[in-house]
Amino acid sequence: MSTEHAKNGSLITPFNIVAGIILAAGVVVTIMRFTMGLGSVTNLSDNNPWGIWIGFDLLCGVALAAGGYTTSAACYIFGFKRFHAAVRPAILTAFLGYALVVFALNYDVGRPWRLPYPIFYQQGTTSILFEVGLCVFIYLTVLFLEYLPAAMEWKGGFDKYRGILVKLTMVLTIFGVILSTLHQSSLGALYLIVPSKLHPLWYTPYLPVMFFMSSMFAGLSMVVFEGTLSHKYFHHKMDEDYNANYLDLQFAFAKGAAWIMAGYLAMKLLGLSMDNRWAYLFTGYGAWWLLEVVGFVVLPCYCYAVGYRDRNIGLVRLAAPWTVIGIMLNRFDVSLIAFNWQLPSAERYFPSLGEIIISLFVVTIGIIAFKFIVTRMPIFYAHPAYKDSSH
Amino acid sequence: MKRRHFLGLLGAAGVSLTTGVSAKAASGADVAGMPNVGGVLFDASRCIGCRKCEAACNKVNDLPQPAKPFDDLTVMDTARRTDAASYTVVNKYQPKPGENPVFRKIQCNHCMEPACASACFVKAFKKTETGAVVYDASVCVGCRYCMVACPFNIPAYEYHKALAPRVMKCTLCHPRLLEGKLPGCVEACPKEALQFGKRRELINIAWDRVTASPDKYVQHVYGEHEMGGTSWLYIAPKPSFSAIGMDEHLGTTSAPELTSGALAAVPAVAGIWPVLLTGIYAISKRKDKIAEDEKKAAVEAAIAKASADAEAKLAEELSKAEVAGKRRIEVEVKKALEAAAKEQEGGEDA
Repeated sequence: MSTEHAKNGSLITPFNIVAGIILAAGVVVTIMRFTMGLGSVTNLSDNNPWGIWIGFDLLCGVALAAGGYTTSAACYIFGFKRFHAAVRPAILTAFLGYALVVFALNYDVGRPWRLPYPIFYQQGTTSILFEVGLCVFIYLTVLFLEYLPAAMEWKGGFDKYRGILVKLTMVLTIFGVILSTLHQSSLGALYLIVPSKLHPLWYTPYLPVMFFMSSMFAGLSMVVFEGTLSHKYFHHKMDEDYNANYLDLQFAFAKGAAWIMAGYLAMKLLGLSMDNRWAYLFTGYGAWWLLEVVGFVVLPCYCYAVGYRDRNIGLVRLAAPWTVIGIMLNRFDVSLIAFNWQLPSAERYFPSLGEIIISLFVVTIGIIAFKFIVTRMPIFYAHPAYKDSSH
Repeated sequence: MKRRHFLGLLGAAGVSLTTGVSAKAASGADVAGMPNVGGVLFDASRCIGCRKCEAACNKVNDLPQPAKPFDDLTVMDTARRTDAASYTVVNKYQPKPGENPVFRKIQCNHCMEPACASACFVKAFKKTETGAVVYDASVCVGCRYCMVACPFNIPAYEYHKALAPRVMKCTLCHPRLLEGKLPGCVEACPKEALQFGKRRELINIAWDRVTASPDKYVQHVYGEHEMGGTSWLYIAPKPSFSAIGMDEHLGTTSAPELTSGALAAVPAVAGIWPVLLTGIYAISKRKDKIAEDEKKAAVEAAIAKASADAEAKLAEELSKAEVAGKRRIEVEVKKALEAAAKEQEGGEDA
């Protein structure tokens, strides 16, 4: 796409046309949302106060942005130095991901200008959502600081500040892991308060742990998936160091993901056994649960494991988007599909066109921002002036 | 930043996160201990479905007029829930075919330990001594987690307000209670199906009625323990509460208790992770260093061995060369001697 652009210099590329249409539709829905209220563009109701703007934009967005903390922890804490080149793309993706989560929240909450209230004005410390808000707020700041050196190298002349930030790498990485552990798990903990509304196959006291574990392999899978895509579209931007290590990285991440997914699976089964909920497996929801767990955890986990063992990169690259879809399915199940399962079908929620447009709008903005940044700033390559730097 | 300084900061962050989030505070136990907390007892066997309570509620709360008037009883043919324009609704149920229908009033149950209050991240909800759970629109962000959290599906939202939407629910007529008046619905009820009083006393009244007529009533006071107890209490004619649309599987655990474990994990995570991660970092660094040292030692040893070998070889070569040189000299000497001897012989011959 971008190579086409470079060739003919025209702005009329397939990517730009599609993106343009989505952006225009998004602007129309935005105006409606902020002049006529949530009810004018969403299918939300009193029984279904949270729709895909929470289920997709927030829950999936945060889980899929987990590549930032997983990659930087692997590189700086666990000592996988070879994968240093993968840290910047992962941090950038995470930063954009979180920024967009916050952006999308402005659509969903009734009075977005009060979003700082829980942090600065009146703290509802008994609320899991308070924990989510505080962690996301701090973590977004941390990610911004982690991303900043790339922007400073691009503009030049900030060597002093860049030096300070680079020195803080270790601290920021540890901060990132703590904050991610807390808010990734608290997104699951949000649903601990609704044992009567969430289907017993999904409701378990382990929800926070499961959300945290799945965020880890979601992050690893996103790095593999995105690495493959980026390799295709931004290959000309990548330096030798990146290209030399990127296959190794994909295999290492496949191995990690396979292990964590196996642990996650054990957790899922443990949840069923502890509460003796096996009987639910033979219901309609049970079939759906099996689809999620066997179809989107067991099978991609197997692909990752075999792909790693046989050094079959095709299999690993198949498993990555498969796992990503599985994570999205899980988050949808908890927040929308298995939520309010006892309501009559007429009162169940399905997203409106307006909600889908805004979600696409947010994703499109993310892709455009990513494209803008990686074509200009040193993300896939080390800036020549800072080649020997360890950041 | 020094590592110690950083850990200190982190600890502070953890503590500030959890201030007042001890399991007790989170479970609102202080509220449950309110000795004179108010409440309302609803007796479904007395309710005749006249909708007078709905009309009164609409009036005292200045809510918009509904499409159909309150004396139109046909609206009860379909089940309704509370919404932004109605804080209370009465539904009609037919538990036993052929017998008279049973009516049930729905409104906020004013939990002793409210899910909405524990879920709210700006403390917009508060349980008060009057029994009412009140809402403060001036801090509400409009996240609607209260609506997600409420096990009774009560809070409603002004989805069609663009700039200042509010969460709408029954207030137990908190302002009227403060003036010494009864809640609007209780005052309007013509059949004494509703009774306001101290919750403790209402529980006694409810049990008296239930135990006095075991054939008539379900032997249970709904709200005494559900979700940790509610200020609204219900008694109902047989066969069951679920026959009049009430969830009998809510359990007795209060909403704050459901999440207090997860909140309690926060300081643990904030405390353990830095130690663990720094440890892992140190170990991997040490491993690297050991590997490096071993490599260095191995290289040194190899070099040492190589040079020793080289020296030995040199010495050998040298000694070999020496032997060869001696031999050559010997041979040369021999040759010279022989040549000299021959010459001598020849001279003698000549």
